[in-house]
Amino acid sequence: MSTTSPAQALLLAAVLFATGMLGVLARRNLLLMLMSIEIMLNAAALAFIAAGARWHAPQGQVMFLMILSLAAAEAAIGLAIILRLHAAGRPTLDADTGNRLKG
Amino acid sequence: MDALFLKLIVAFPLLAAAILLLSAGRMPARATCVIGTGSVGLSALMAARVATHATSPASLHVPLWSWMRVEGFSTRIAFTLDPLSLVMMLVVTFVGFLILLYACGYMRDDPDIARFFGYMTLFVAAMLVLVFSSDLLSLYIGWEGVGICSYLLIGFWHIDSANVAAARKAFIVTRIGDAAMLCGLLLLATRAGTLEIAPLLAAPPASATAAFLLLGGAVAKSAQAPLQTWLPDAMAGPTPVSALIHAATMVTAGVYLIARLHPLFAAVPAAMATVALIGLVTLLLAAGSALVQTDIKRILAYSTMSQIGYMFLALGAGAWQAAIFHLVTHAVFKALLFMAAGAVILRVHHRQDIYQMGGLARAMPGVFAAFLAGAAALAGLPLLTAGFYSKEMILQGAWHANPLLWAGALLGALATAVYIFRCIFIVFFGPRHTDPTGRTGATMALPLLCLGILALVGGWIDMPDAIAPVHLLSRLLSPLFGAPTAEGPSWLLWTGSLVPLAGVGLAWLLWRPRIRAFTPPEDAVARLARTGWGFDTLYDTLVVRPFVALGRLNQTDICDRLSDATAATARAGGRMLGRMQSGQVRRYAGWIAAGTIAALCLGAWP
Repeated sequence: MSTTSPAQALLLAAVLFATGMLGVLARRNLLLMLMSIEIMLNAAALAFIAAGARWHAPQGQVMFLMILSLAAAEAAIGLAIILRLHAAGRPTLDADTGNRLKG
Repeated sequence: MDALFLKLIVAFPLLAAAILLLSAGRMPARATCVIGTGSVGLSALMAARVATHATSPASLHVPLWSWMRVEGFSTRIAFTLDPLSLVMMLVVTFVGFLILLYACGYMRDDPDIARFFGYMTLFVAAMLVLVFSSDLLSLYIGWEGVGICSYLLIGFWHIDSANVAAARKAFIVTRIGDAAMLCGLLLLATRAGTLEIAPLLAAPPASATAAFLLLGGAVAKSAQAPLQTWLPDAMAGPTPVSALIHAATMVTAGVYLIARLHPLFAAVPAAMATVALIGLVTLLLAAGSALVQTDIKRILAYSTMSQIGYMFLALGAGAWQAAIFHLVTHAVFKALLFMAAGAVILRVHHRQDIYQMGGLARAMPGVFAAFLAGAAALAGLPLLTAGFYSKEMILQGAWHANPLLWAGALLGALATAVYIFRCIFIVFFGPRHTDPTGRTGATMALPLLCLGILALVGGWIDMPDAIAPVHLLSRLLSPLFGAPTAEGPSWLLWTGSLVPLAGVGLAWLLWRPRIRAFTPPEDAVARLARTGWGFDTLYDTLVVRPFVALGRLNQTDICDRLSDATAATARAGGRMLGRMQSGQVRRYAGWIAAGTIAALCLGAWP
């Protein structure tokens, strides 16, 4: 197993984060926005892992586990909101129409 | 025990006012009447009890609490019962009770009856505070309290903007006097270090300025020249209000104030002369106006001004007892006249023009009898009426002070008899111009009966020696005012009795049913007199219009611009920030990202 320097891992994390952020900002589909947020969370997690590996500290992996559970909870709540919106009679997943109240 | 009663006399109307005003009109009309009238009735009963127990000259002092205590000045809220406040207390509670009873009938169908009774009971409480106060500062509380109640009740029917304008006028004009009075009080406080009445009167600081400033307050409150213009307009209020506030009690507060502080005024001869002169001028001007009015309530309003002019004349002549005696009898007969006029107005479909009435004596004999009793007392018909004795006392006092004052007062007495009997001949005699309907209910008839009897026999408490040596009131008040002066020659009494009779005869000659013209006189003098001798126009051009113009000019000065600019900036900023709240998730996310990047850049900068 070849070793990667933390700098390379951090660079990957930054690229991933930028991709996710671009997705959140540019996409209008709620589902795809959720997925982009997942990507951003994973980028943050990767940064923690890299930092943990660099300083041989366990807290990096602890934070990774926490981000994992946080991402799961966030996905559950996000999907539930989308389902509620659908149940309220909303025919679209377009996020930009969300400012119109009552559907 | 009496101390407790004294507190309760004030507390009952105050409590009733709180209940009625907080009920916000959700109470049935009958309960409103019972609470309003009952509270003042209880006060009247307790006042009677206190009066029968405390007729000794020793005065009762009830300290309530200490209001403020600073270096060199302290003031306490306390009630005092001395002969003068005893007399005033009886007048306020008894006449007030009868008027409220009458108002139960008069205001029966008004939807706002709870508000009406709330203000009326509040007024009675404030008037009692004014009367009982042993300290000029707490007297001023009552003084302003009756002023605000007067304002609220004149504008009681506030849908009509004319009523509101009248209320505003009354408030502002009396306010001018109140400001002068406050200055006078502050001057006294700095001179004497206290505003408590007893020590103040024990060593009266001979300050002409303070006396004149206090006189300003009294003049405005009592509607004397030159601040008399508000009273005729104040008739816009309901008739019981006119009877209670603008005839019997509040407008006589000025007389009470001067009588209460009489050593202060007696020490300044110029102030005394001014009081007498103001009284004489008002008495003659108002009597002249009353001669040509066409509105029945305005006749009575001018008559009130004129009668208070008599009281001021008596005060200025140093005849304090006479002023208070006339205050009492005037409260009775003028309340009676107003209430009888109100009964007439109700029966003729709320018309107030006397030329549209006519011939009502047969249709409403009871009301006619009451009005006749009041008119006889007002005119001072000899022997039988209360007004005769009090006016006689004033004439005696005026004669002793200055025969010129006496002559003016006598002319006023003639005019009084003429104008009030003109009103009677036009309203109650001759052909009928309108058909009266309905009946005058018992709640309205009973007060008319009580006051009618009092207006006839009430004067017997104090008579000239030539008729009968009865001096109940003078003797009661003598600890305060000293013994009354000796009576003048008996031809004074004869003149004083014959002049009112001559006035009635003159009125009969001019307006007896056969020959009277059915239109009011229309020459220039009559028009001038009808509008109150042009005082309104004068003040309008001299004060009101320049003031309004100044206000309009001042509307866009630099201060206003500054605050306007602040408001505009805030509004523009708000609009800009409001546009950011679009409700679009992606835009919010973008702002968050931009903010984060900006923060990172700032962090990485140095």
